[in-house]
Amino acid sequence: MVALDGVDLQVHDDEIFGLLGPNGAGKTTLIKILCTLLLPTDGQAYIKGLDVVKQASQIRRLINLVSGGETPGYGILSVKENLWFFSQLYGLSRDFAKDRVSKLMDQLELQNYANTRMSKLSTGYKQRLNLARGFVNDPAVLFLDEPTLGLDVLSARHLRTLVKSWIQTGGKTVLLTTHYMAEADQLCDRVGIINQGRILALDTPQRLKAKVASGASWKIEITPNLQQLDSIKNIPGMVGISQTDNIETGVSTLKLILQDESAMSDLLTQIRQNGSKVLNMGKSEPTLEDVYISLVGTGLE
Amino acid sequence: MTTREELVTNLRAAYARMWVRLKGSNREVTGLIVEIGLPILTIGAYVILYRTIGLSIQAGAAVIIGGAMVAFWTNVLWNMSAQWFWERESGNLEMYLVAPVSRMAVLLGMAMGGSLNTAMRAVGIVLLGVFIFQVPFQLHDPFSAAFVFVLTIAALYTLGMMFASLFMLYGREAYHTANLLQEPVYFLSGAYFPAIYTPIVPFALQATASLIPMTIGLDAIRRLAIYGGDITTVWLHILALIACTAILFPLAKRSLNYMESLGKKEGRLTLRWQ
Repeated sequence: MVALDGVDLQVHDDEIFGLLGPNGAGKTTLIKILCTLLLPTDGQAYIKGLDVVKQASQIRRLINLVSGGETPGYGILSVKENLWFFSQLYGLSRDFAKDRVSKLMDQLELQNYANTRMSKLSTGYKQRLNLARGFVNDPAVLFLDEPTLGLDVLSARHLRTLVKSWIQTGGKTVLLTTHYMAEADQLCDRVGIINQGRILALDTPQRLKAKVASGASWKIEITPNLQQLDSIKNIPGMVGISQTDNIETGVSTLKLILQDESAMSDLLTQIRQNGSKVLNMGKSEPTLEDVYISLVGTGLE
Repeated sequence: MTTREELVTNLRAAYARMWVRLKGSNREVTGLIVEIGLPILTIGAYVILYRTIGLSIQAGAAVIIGGAMVAFWTNVLWNMSAQWFWERESGNLEMYLVAPVSRMAVLLGMAMGGSLNTAMRAVGIVLLGVFIFQVPFQLHDPFSAAFVFVLTIAALYTLGMMFASLFMLYGREAYHTANLLQEPVYFLSGAYFPAIYTPIVPFALQATASLIPMTIGLDAIRRLAIYGGDITTVWLHILALIACTAILFPLAKRSLNYMESLGKKEGRLTLRWQ
């Protein structure tokens, strides 16, 4: 099975680069190769000019990795102790480590939990601790693999602010993978859309969105949802479609990218034939999700 | 990075890992009580049995020392050999692999922390055992006894480091293998009875037992602490223990490098729930 196929990209200093793609697209595999956790079967990859295979130990001084939903550390140790421990894996001196740990606890609002055992933290705070750990060596390149997975809205916003301000300190690079289109749009300087191991598009969010023709993006709310999405995908003029169901209200939202509006009448006929009722419809400004739909044909869901 | 910086980073990592082990194991006082108290029950059973069948009083002392050493073997198996497995499941292994430290430094920290922790428990077991069962010790050469003890621990934990490397890629097999190695070594090393120099135990079994560092160390410590021996009585044991450590340490390093490289090639180092 090929996890990554002909991926060719360059991420610059002072840049937040986002990799957008569904599960199994190859995002984590790429990050693991760059973090020296996996050896590529073919091809080359460099971090700050250093080869990930031949100069792995030098690269490890420059990087750190934060994987969302993961809670590395020792449950029996407190927040402060865990951060101190991880700082020692980077050889930070005692006073320097103490200072760095204290600052990180301030930045991630962990001070009130400094002496709380990790095992007693809520999932959100464990994730904050994980993020703090990622900054403990002040890496030149930070890999964030789905960093806001499982975080509440406030914590996720906090993380984005932190990453934004950190990158402004200069000489830093962030490679972020995410499912969340809005997150990539808000945070990333450039975005690569990856599917089945291939990079399908790579540009700034603005340029990517501009590639979806104005007026081609539609949002339709229906109830009940469409059971046979495949028949709709095959309507002439349909570039891509995604359906998101709201279980609570029973309303489904269709995001459509149309080549031309003549596809709309066929679409409405199909919706009627499905027994569904249109509640609301309208054109929408292209988003990164629309870019994804236009490239892959379906949404991330 | 200069060699000095690299050394300092690795020493700090080893110290930190040792600190985690010490802190983690001693924060729960109940654990300490259980780890000292429960072995006394097994030891007690043997001491009572040996007294009942009229064995010499030294047999009880030998069992107490054996019971204390068992704590080290258990620690080597569960907290050294299978450790990478637990670290991988908790997501820590990835963090170790991404960090600029030698995995040997991390293992060394684990070994130091584990041996210090277990030494505290072993002292507790011996003191409690002596107090309860009133067995005699004849320690004429405490320096040699301490030296042999340190050599035994070094050999045992170096073996643990090698096992840890071999178990790096294992999933649940690590758990089963640790289980598999536990009781046979208790038996072969003679933790609760003399496995060597006993005609009833076949020679082949005695020879196999003699290859296990715990058997060598246990025998030497018993000779020094119970039977009043000195360094001249155990010089062969000392040589064997030094040889074990000298052979096992580079083997551990090589196997760690090999397994890490294999794991990275096959993508198994970061796989969970295997």
